[in-house]
Amino acid sequence: MAANETHQAIETVFRIEQARLIGGLARMVRDVGLAEELAQDALVTALSEWPKTGVPNNPGAWLMAAAKRRAIDGFRRKKMLVRKHAEIGRDLENERDTSVEDVEAALDDDLGDELLGLIFTACHPVLSAEARAALTLRLIGGLTTDEIARAFLSNEATIAQRIVRAKKTLGNAGLTYAVPRGAERKERLASVLEVIYLIFNEGYAATTGENLIRPALCAEAQRLGRILAGLLPGEPEVLGLLSLMEIQASRLAARVAPDGSPILLTEQNRAYWDQLLIRRGLAALQRAEALGGANGPYALQAALAACHARARKAQDTDWQKIAGLYDTLRQVMPSPVVDLNRAVAHSMAFGPETGLSRLDEIDPAAGLHNYVPLPAARGDFLLRAGRLEEAKVEFKRAADLTRNAREKAFFLARAAACAG
Amino acid sequence: MRVMVIVKATKDSEDGIMPSTELLEAMGKYNEELVNAGIMMAGEGLHPSVKGKRIAFDGSSRTVIDGPFAETRELIAGFWLWEVKDMAEAVEWAKRCPNPMAGPSELEIRRVFEAADFGEAFTPELAEQEERLREKAAKR
Repeated sequence: MAANETHQAIETVFRIEQARLIGGLARMVRDVGLAEELAQDALVTALSEWPKTGVPNNPGAWLMAAAKRRAIDGFRRKKMLVRKHAEIGRDLENERDTSVEDVEAALDDDLGDELLGLIFTACHPVLSAEARAALTLRLIGGLTTDEIARAFLSNEATIAQRIVRAKKTLGNAGLTYAVPRGAERKERLASVLEVIYLIFNEGYAATTGENLIRPALCAEAQRLGRILAGLLPGEPEVLGLLSLMEIQASRLAARVAPDGSPILLTEQNRAYWDQLLIRRGLAALQRAEALGGANGPYALQAALAACHARARKAQDTDWQKIAGLYDTLRQVMPSPVVDLNRAVAHSMAFGPETGLSRLDEIDPAAGLHNYVPLPAARGDFLLRAGRLEEAKVEFKRAADLTRNAREKAFFLARAAACAG
Repeated sequence: MRVMVIVKATKDSEDGIMPSTELLEAMGKYNEELVNAGIMMAGEGLHPSVKGKRIAFDGSSRTVIDGPFAETRELIAGFWLWEVKDMAEAVEWAKRCPNPMAGPSELEIRRVFEAADFGEAFTPELAEQEERLREKAAKR
């Protein structure tokens, strides 16, 4: 094998192993930043050793053993000034002579637990949502800071700083890096799901810039969702979120025209919908419902997405069922955005005038006045009700409000169409 | 990126020799790892080609050929569908598969076309037709 091929193979191995490697090390040294450095050191060692010796049979265990050795060396150099470090160093030293097989067995035992612990740590509520997203993509997704920066349309220095700060905050918070149990678990899990969905949405609908979709972020979020569903098979909301993402992602190929403009759900060429993702999404939803989670916020949103996924043609959509699901979602997750979507569903199920009444019921104090989809929906209802002049005003308002260049062109085109 | 990982048939698999308990266990564990890594989308094992059929097409003629089929090395015994970041990742995961057969054997990785790759020729009507057939097939 050529040297650069070996190099690439090693980097791929590392990409696959790094999350559980960092997870295991973080728990040991109680510091996620140090854990990441130790993992990187192990990669450097592998890059110099493996081209000579070949990739070992269990590369994960090898990397873990190499990282542990580095940890011990590091503690020795510091002459074990800190008592905590001394203790950990002693623990590690006792383990030092164990064979690779033992390490491997130990890794396998709590492999899931270590990865899960790392996910919960990276998504800890002490961090801002943006910091959680960046750290999760870095530590679990294995993205470089440059890749994360491009995904979030930010610059590398900003993201690097955000990650450094996040690691420092976690370091100062005195965390155990364990998987939370009991009552704490629910709250912490909500924080994890929020981050994964934030990453997904960042990819699904960019808020600024020319490029409407950054599918790599969606793929990353879906993978995180699948990993989490594998590690926590009994949590209905994990399955609900997974189902929601799989079904929404099934439309990625259909929702943007060749010129980059967005295509409405009802106008999409459903032949482009990814049926494998839809089947997986429906299966995940079924499991969530079987676990008694049908009324969870994510499961309800997944059920809504599933109504569209099941309709082969737009006119087959069961809008009555969708309207009913929004009535429930509104109770479970009250939000003006849900009210807006409910109005859209009611307009489809019971006519545009009903939709307009639902819009009028939305609390004006809810802060939706600068929210692009509101005038977009009102414009749409008015157009369907034959009130063209009023519709035109609303589409123009939507065009003025949006920061996405493609969306702006789209609403201007709709406004222009009202003239005829 | 989606890939199909194809398990090539061997004389044993074509003879209907079932995998050992050890191999089933190892495969079960491997599949679990694939699921936990978030890359496993689907996967199935296939009966030997003696239970299969081939339909040969030539102009308007359709000839049904009964299994077994001769060229064992070209037959398949099973497959997975994986969602991976790139081919290198697929290769690395494939290398971790327990030996799929008792003797020498082979996995083949192929990239899957996605609906959008077919362009405008693939219409909603075609997709609907395809999906109906899939559903019917699944119910049987």
